Amino acid sequence: MHSSNPRNIAVSVHNLSKQFDGFTAVDRINFEVKKGEIFGFLGPNGAGKSTTIRMLCGILPPTSGEGKVAGLDIHTQREQIKWQIGYMSQKFSLYEDLTVEENINFYSGIYQIEEDTLRRRKEWVIEMAGLQRHRGSLTRVLSGGWRQRLALGCALLHEPSILFLDEPTSGVDPISRRQFWDLIYELTGRGVTVFVTTHYMDEAEYCDRLGMIYDGKLVALGTPEELKKEFMKETVLEVSCEQPMKAMAVIQNLAAVKEVTLFGNHLHAVVPDARTAHKAIQLVLSENAIKLSRLEKISPALEDVFVSLIEAQGKATATGGEGA
Amino acid sequence: MSAIRAEGLTKRFGDVTAVDQLSLEVAEGEIFGLVGPDGAGKTTTMRLLTGIMDASSGDGWVFGRSVIRESEAIKDDIGYMSQRFGLYHDLTVLENIRFYADIYGVPRRQCEQKIDELLELSNLAPFKDRRAGNLSGGMKQKLGLSCALIHTPRVLFLDEPTNGVDPLYRREFWRILYQLQRQKVTVFVSTAYLDEAERCFRVGFLHEGKLIACDTPANIKKLLNGQVLELRFSNARQAAALLREDRPESSVGLFGDRVHMLTQDPERDLNQARSVVAKSHLELLSSRVIDPGLEDVFISVLKKDAGGTHAFE
Repeated sequence: MHSSNPRNIAVSVHNLSKQFDGFTAVDRINFEVKKGEIFGFLGPNGAGKSTTIRMLCGILPPTSGEGKVAGLDIHTQREQIKWQIGYMSQKFSLYEDLTVEENINFYSGIYQIEEDTLRRRKEWVIEMAGLQRHRGSLTRVLSGGWRQRLALGCALLHEPSILFLDEPTSGVDPISRRQFWDLIYELTGRGVTVFVTTHYMDEAEYCDRLGMIYDGKLVALGTPEELKKEFMKETVLEVSCEQPMKAMAVIQNLAAVKEVTLFGNHLHAVVPDARTAHKAIQLVLSENAIKLSRLEKISPALEDVFVSLIEAQGKATATGGEGA
Repeated sequence: MSAIRAEGLTKRFGDVTAVDQLSLEVAEGEIFGLVGPDGAGKTTTMRLLTGIMDASSGDGWVFGRSVIRESEAIKDDIGYMSQRFGLYHDLTVLENIRFYADIYGVPRRQCEQKIDELLELSNLAPFKDRRAGNLSGGMKQKLGLSCALIHTPRVLFLDEPTNGVDPLYRREFWRILYQLQRQKVTVFVSTAYLDEAERCFRVGFLHEGKLIACDTPANIKKLLNGQVLELRFSNARQAAALLREDRPESSVGLFGDRVHMLTQDPERDLNQARSVVAKSHLELLSSRVIDPGLEDVFISVLKKDAGGTHAFE
């Protein structure tokens, strides 16, 4: 990884830091993103995700450390970087009182796209977003899924080689989220690099590699599989039973169970030893007259990993404080 | 008496019907979840039931009082946290809560005790002097919730309260909702997270302004025609694409690193999956029949409308 050819690297940062008034939002982070890769950047609210993205996009100057985006320096070439990247934030930044086409025209003006190119790119955006029947609709009346795809299209008008997405699917329904990820895959198939933050752990599974940031520090880096192996030493048992809330309360008190959490209508119990815990859970549920329909070992979900990693970090630093 | 009731509630904007003949009842002390695709009318429904927006026809009641004719009177009973809840970023946590206490006319003495309770409930006590603008997303949501609860409402309306909030805060938020529920507060919550909907006592599925199902999560899952086979492959996305070549697209869904296959015959379809794998470089890591989740139902029922032909929210 470290000896990789710099021509294959889309983003690289070395000891990158950002301080605001004595508060360290990003603390000496290091990572590389390869061209054509989907890199997921995870972490709790306030961990430093957006600050990092803003530094990489040339919006915010770093306090210290180095960084390169598309071969350009994030200290000295911030303006050039903006032409190489697309950026889509949580709030989509579309003009609600403009129509679909007007929004596209507006963004192509910002990126100074030539008339001929614009005609081609506009059709591409409208088709990609499935907005053929809504060219003239006001953006305000479009549902979340449409708006999100339009915003993605606007961020791609100038054909950037790297795309930064800051919680692009927040508040979007499951079907639209899946369509959005199909689009992301299409883009990376054409060589675009995608750097994305998300709070949906099922989406994190769709990334090639992940970085996890906590309290401004990069605490984990690897493929989803690697993170599960490295940071989830315990076994996860899935418990399906009646009255899951009540079951959770009694399972929580078992010595054989480290932690139990609700996943939809199931429970996930994190246990050091599967056999001991299996017996203990069966016993305590039957003592409490809770009908158990299924109890089995499962491969951990990324959410298990995320929660256990963050809780371990939280205990280690024991601050509870967080910044913007 | 029901905490919330709606009868033929309808809202039209021009020629678009955002909420169409909606009827439902929510019992006191229930946590009721409203789910549906973007633009299905969830926010409009919330606004109608809180008396903020007038219905075109039909009516709704909160503890027996009409949301149309008594929209002022019901405000004492209602706490409402909208998607863009108005927090003052240059005021501290405490100042924001006091501000809402004044708006609702909560008497000062009673107010201080209530504030202590809310700060404890939301674990915001250590941050009470921090400016709202310097709180993280999750803490802002909890502050918004505290403000919506300052006048001790009996019904709490929450419009997608956990958008953009990380998994740990989402869990904490739900722990708070359960505590409120134990105090008999009725919770009416809309969400885009189907795993959260599973935690509700009952769920309403809204689609194009119509309530197409309204029942316990367990009963809603019975709408699913078949069983769910969960498969793990060395590459889930490629596997899903290959499986879709031979069967209806809506019967194969990607769930993180897992593929869910809706099937009438798990054994036969597992064999199909094996033969797909045999012809490719993929590996089948595990397979099992699982209890379907609400997300399986959501996708299977609504897949044909993907993208939303109904643009209006």
